[in-house]
Amino acid sequence: MAWRLRLAPEKTNINFFAHQWLTFGGSMALMVAAFVLWGVMGLNFGIDFKGGTTLRTDSTTVVDVGLYRKTLEALNLGDVAINEVFDPSFRADQHVASIRISAVDGVDSISPQTLDEVKAALVKMDPHLTIPSIESVGPKVSGELVKSSIIAVAVTSFAIMGYIWLRFEWQFALGGVLALLHDVFITIGIFALFQIKFDLTIVAALLTILGYSINDTVVVFDRLRENLIKYKTMPLREVMNLSVNETLSRTLMTSLTTLIAVGSMLVLGGDVIRGFSFAIFIGVFLGTYSSVYVAKNLVLFLGLDRSEKVRKSGKGADHEFANIDA
Amino acid sequence: MQLSTPLWKRLVIWALVAFGVFMAAPNLFYARVETHNDAATAIAKAAATGGVATPDQTAALATWPSYLPSSLVNLGLDLRGGAHLLAEVKVADVYKQRMDVLWPEARDALKEIRDQVGAVKREASTPDVLRISISKPEGLPAAVTKLQGLASAVVTLTGVGQKDLSVVQDGQAIVVSLTDAEKAATDTRTMQQSLEIIRRRVDAAGTREPSIQRQGTDRILIEVPGIGSAQDLKNIIGTTAKLTFNTVVGRTEDATSAPGPNNSLLPDAEHKGTYWVVEDAPVVTGEELTDAQPSFDQNNRPAVSFKFNVAGARKFGEYTGANIGQPFAIVLDKQVISAPTIQSAITGGSGIITGSFSLEESTNLAVLLRAGALPAEMSFLEERTVGPELGQDSIDAGKVAAVVGMVLVGLFMIASYGLFGVFAVVALILNMAMIFGALSMIGGTLTLPGIAGIVLTIGMAVDANVLVYERIREEIRTAHTPARAIEVGYERALSAIVDANFTTLITAIILYFFGAGPVRGFAVTLAIGIITSVFSAIYLTRLIIQAWFNWRKPKALIV
Repeated sequence: MAWRLRLAPEKTNINFFAHQWLTFGGSMALMVAAFVLWGVMGLNFGIDFKGGTTLRTDSTTVVDVGLYRKTLEALNLGDVAINEVFDPSFRADQHVASIRISAVDGVDSISPQTLDEVKAALVKMDPHLTIPSIESVGPKVSGELVKSSIIAVAVTSFAIMGYIWLRFEWQFALGGVLALLHDVFITIGIFALFQIKFDLTIVAALLTILGYSINDTVVVFDRLRENLIKYKTMPLREVMNLSVNETLSRTLMTSLTTLIAVGSMLVLGGDVIRGFSFAIFIGVFLGTYSSVYVAKNLVLFLGLDRSEKVRKSGKGADHEFANIDA
Repeated sequence: MQLSTPLWKRLVIWALVAFGVFMAAPNLFYARVETHNDAATAIAKAAATGGVATPDQTAALATWPSYLPSSLVNLGLDLRGGAHLLAEVKVADVYKQRMDVLWPEARDALKEIRDQVGAVKREASTPDVLRISISKPEGLPAAVTKLQGLASAVVTLTGVGQKDLSVVQDGQAIVVSLTDAEKAATDTRTMQQSLEIIRRRVDAAGTREPSIQRQGTDRILIEVPGIGSAQDLKNIIGTTAKLTFNTVVGRTEDATSAPGPNNSLLPDAEHKGTYWVVEDAPVVTGEELTDAQPSFDQNNRPAVSFKFNVAGARKFGEYTGANIGQPFAIVLDKQVISAPTIQSAITGGSGIITGSFSLEESTNLAVLLRAGALPAEMSFLEERTVGPELGQDSIDAGKVAAVVGMVLVGLFMIASYGLFGVFAVVALILNMAMIFGALSMIGGTLTLPGIAGIVLTIGMAVDANVLVYERIREEIRTAHTPARAIEVGYERALSAIVDANFTTLITAIILYFFGAGPVRGFAVTLAIGIITSVFSAIYLTRLIIQAWFNWRKPKALIV
């Protein structure tokens, strides 16, 4: 037998329900925590959702955030946030900063005069400074973007739920989508916790997580569907365990290859897209976890109507088997 | 035992792969093909106007053989650099203009029945309606009937049988407004005109592949690669260039003075602090211009000369003839650029606009007047500028990330599945080529999130292979023959592959409709990536494995 890298032994027999209170319960607790974090700390919305202007500055001189702040405060722009940006792909003498100016209520987007003043002041402060990108979003559009983002997440969830319902049972659809929302909400919670900029590309990342994470779950469900036919009398909990064990090697392989690819984007892909890569990275990780520990638990909890009638899952199962065998 | 796929199927699969690779190939020579394409466009343009290609263009055309495909993956603004503007057209502006133009007509109509209605006056109202009062209240029904005669049928497909004006009695006054059907028709027209005029202006500036699209009911998204900043773009398209000739009522230094009903207080462009009170209803508008050229006045200062069409020339001639000795205002975008006194009737239909122009401004104004005025004002809701250096940095970083990701995933697959891993890597490479081929073919745009989408596809593309290989391993354990294990492995993994990828495809489709710009680019690459990776896992690797199997005929299968 040739040597092979194995992420899981050939045949596993792990009881994935063994520490349910920790794995599933912990997951639910994390989800609640994510909600609380989201509510308490709020998200660090980018201009896409809050309106305002961002400038990216690039200079050969080191960024002195204090000096930047002082320069811009002199212009009376209101709320200004300045962040230095780091990236391994930068040259040794490349110093990048990101400046965010919040929108003033009722103004479509920042006026050209103000923008010129800002540019002039920055260049005066540091003659080596260039401004490679400027983005400005008016409050009218940002409000709509919030709305359409929420709609997009909802529509995607329902579409996925519909498809799974079509292909499997409604319990699978509900369990699968709840597991998805678990992934998405925890990701949002992490963005709230670290106050990472949350903009339109992050919503795109969340939608991608929805798509990716269900992918894993569907593979487990697919095996479950197959095993339910094969082992008609095995209790649901055991069929589930068997299915997860059988697909474990694949689940780990796929997550790892995806994490490798996304990880390389996260590290090497540049700072412009780091938030996006980060969200997907977390999402893939959570997606794998939730398809092993969350989705099937929800299905078990909802119960499945196996075969034509009566043989319900759960506690009554043993009793019913006894009847049939007798 | 032999594994086989019908010959025709094999041929189709390989032909598709070869076609994908062939279409992707130009992207490897991006700069050369782009030079070729630019030259081809320039030559076609020249030929359309009867010109011939310059030697430079012919040389540029020859850099890439014309029998090879020449479609490239478009680079999005975030990668190429350029400006993005989202403009909102104030469509309601046009309602006011319509009412202003209607007022003299309505007044004349009511004059015909003066004995019934008495004196007619326009009252102050919201700008989108015309509110008329008459001195004899008993004549109201007659006035309404008369005004209703001014309405005509709406010319749209949906508004058949509807009138364009609604005339109702409101207390002692008559209120004339546009009907909803007419408003909808007007909005459509306004948007079409705005789009057309923006397109002409941007084209005149000579930038490459601008994208100008209508969004929703009253918005226009303008994306121009290669332009310096969103501000430059706004300068090109932003001014409405609405030129009107108005009657001057008075002149004042007081910015707060009330201009009176149906008049406006407009600042003088040249002298700060001077204001003109002018009548709202214009005598002639820029729409009646047939030509505008930069020129010079008698003092050799830059100016713009213009010509009216027949109707405009007649109106202008009548007006100037009747008002000799009076000033009239030349109004451009709500500023009085000059207010000359009428010396004599100007009947020739041509004239000259003087003002404190620089040569550049007069040239620009002439271009704007020629292209036509925007029918309504625009406000800018969103603007983004990306410098070309930042775009190039993003491309470089994306390339490195994609290559590193691919190499690592490849090594990982080979370590896990040996020879079968190698097959998967070959399929992965062909898969990448097919993604680029498909993107080039549909003229898709690659954005930074799009690159991320491709990298994500690298990770997910091997998933289908993993599913199959794991399944084959299981089937080997249940003591099938090697050939049987491969066949059954593919069959049984199919439902999981299809279900899993279909859900991701659903997400990509929703993303496409939800997102704009970069996000949309991501959705496109993700969707293409899913389709090509399922194709390569189900068909391509299977063919490779079959070919290998039939060649080596292994007794035992090691996956």
